[in-house]
Amino acid sequence: MFTMTSTILRNLLKEPATRRYPASVRPSFEAARGEIRNDIHVCTFCGVCAVKCPSQCITVDRKAADWSYDPSACVQCGVCAEVCTSGSLQQARDYRKPVRKKELVVLKGATTPPKHSDPPVTG
Amino acid sequence: MTRTIIPFGPQHPVLPEPIHLMLTLDDEVITEAVPAFGFVHRGLEKLVEIRDFHQMIYVVERICGICSMLHAMCYCQGIEEMMGIETPPRARFLRVIWSELHRMHSHLLWLGLFADSFGFESLFMQFWKIREKILDIDEATTGNRIIVSVNVIGGVRKDLTLEQTRGILSELKSVETELKRLETTILNDYTVQNRTVGKGVLTAKQAYELGLVGPTLRASGVMQDARMLKYAAFDDIAFTPVVETDGDCYARCKVRFREVFQSIDLIRQAIGKLPNGEIAVKVKGRPDGEVTSRVEQPRGEVFYYIRANGTKHLERLRVRTPTFANVPALLTMLPGAGLSDVPVIVLSIDPCISCTER
Amino acid sequence: MQGEIMDIGLDNLLGETARIKVEGYRFVTISCVEINEIRMELLYHFDRNFQLKHLRLSISRDCRAPSISPVYFAAFLVENEIQDLFGIRFHGLTVDYDRTLYLEKDVKTAPFCKFAVVEKSPVCEEKTP
Ligand code: SF4
Ligand code: SF4
Repeated sequence: MFTMTSTILRNLLKEPATRRYPASVRPSFEAARGEIRNDIHVCTFCGVCAVKCPSQCITVDRKAADWSYDPSACVQCGVCAEVCTSGSLQQARDYRKPVRKKELVVLKGATTPPKHSDPPVTG
Repeated sequence: MTRTIIPFGPQHPVLPEPIHLMLTLDDEVITEAVPAFGFVHRGLEKLVEIRDFHQMIYVVERICGICSMLHAMCYCQGIEEMMGIETPPRARFLRVIWSELHRMHSHLLWLGLFADSFGFESLFMQFWKIREKILDIDEATTGNRIIVSVNVIGGVRKDLTLEQTRGILSELKSVETELKRLETTILNDYTVQNRTVGKGVLTAKQAYELGLVGPTLRASGVMQDARMLKYAAFDDIAFTPVVETDGDCYARCKVRFREVFQSIDLIRQAIGKLPNGEIAVKVKGRPDGEVTSRVEQPRGEVFYYIRANGTKHLERLRVRTPTFANVPALLTMLPGAGLSDVPVIVLSIDPCISCTER
Repeated sequence: MQGEIMDIGLDNLLGETARIKVEGYRFVTISCVEINEIRMELLYHFDRNFQLKHLRLSISRDCRAPSISPVYFAAFLVENEIQDLFGIRFHGLTVDYDRTLYLEKDVKTAPFCKFAVVEKSPVCEEKTP
């Protein structure tokens, strides 16, 4: 009986263990592996990221200067950002927002402006 | 008395994953149980032909979410042995820390699911609340909650700072107090004892002959834990396996519950002895030859057989996961049990079907 | 590879396994490796006090191998898996899924083989002892 009372009291006094999600959002941890972003103006189209990616979701076309990435096949391992030779590829802290349909992210280098709606973020 | 055949699964409320059991019943008592698989077979072993041996780390991690870190660790240790790479001491200690964190969150997950299997839902909630703390540690230190991806061939990818290790220690302290509070419930409660004591008994001889591994085997009184192989930093850390002798579902529960405390202790030791220095060495060359590698996962010993031929693709990667070894136990334990005990007995081996089928 | 490796043939497989069991080994698993278009290799792994022991059996693809599941019951699962994925058939299985453990009934190919072979009934049996 006594244990039960103390449990009840503890539960009444404590804050809930869960958050009311959309209203209160915990900021991502510093180390969190989130979305992959490429600063296409720095990218040299060397293709190292495409070779090293374990889920092979990056394709680099050196001639056409385009870099494309399939976010729905990405496993957020962070290998590509680690091996990037120019430092253009960065892994952000935040996760990608849910989407309605699968889409390739295609970034065009140098001559044409980026097609992707998000502006590329520099680290 | 009529003979009835009842299909159990593949989608069953107590099972997070699809396994199908064909139960033949004589009245309420099971006379025969035949498991059927094949619902989540992905053929990951075959991927060695198109992914190189570095990329395979991320593939083997995805064999099973809950033991991901230990799969990668086992794989990396195998390749390191094959290529004669000496991992730096700090990397080996870090591997112990993360692998024990993994064991803790896996056991807490299981304790919750186990409580749920006999309908004790508030206990399920409590265990999962504690588990969330471990997952937060994982995310803060490695970047992901479950698939931590910290292993690379030759070491680890992430380092722990001094604040992080302090943070882990203080979190572990609160995890320990909260777990202590639940101890009386999970181990002494009338409901729990009534549903688990004497159910699904396996003697030590039976368990050993069936080739069981992990807590399922240790609960029957056989002291067998792959951590006794002293891989990673276990040669510098004091370690005695947790063994129970009753061999029933209650004993398995007790083994896992005590192993959570043991893991806390192991992490404390590892953090206390954490040496400074490099966390990874550069890897040159290609693997060649054949090697076997074993580590202790939360569910038991995992066995890797790796054969390479000097190219960047391995020739064969064979994974024997702990649940694969534990499934035959079901065929022995279920006959003679009552229908209402099936969920408890099935969960007592901690089945991980994605592991089993790969 | 850790542990001692022993080459065996189809005729002394069961005898060796039984001997190993008497010596107190625990069954770990069987690994199947495809060597070339004709040969396959089966590796039987056993463990006692963390000492591994391996039996290496070279077998032709269209041979039936004897099942060790009457000796080690736990072997039935992995033998069924090999039947499914590599197409080697075992005889004397205690529980035979007949290639439906992972696969559908009408699948005739072996998905893990690099050299595609369609299943036909095994042509050679090992000599009856
Ligand atoms: S995070 Fe990993 S999976 Fe995603 S694109 Fe980079 S390398 Fe590929
Ligand atoms: S590795 Fe970096 S620089 Fe090279 S193609 Fe990828 S993003 Fe561009």
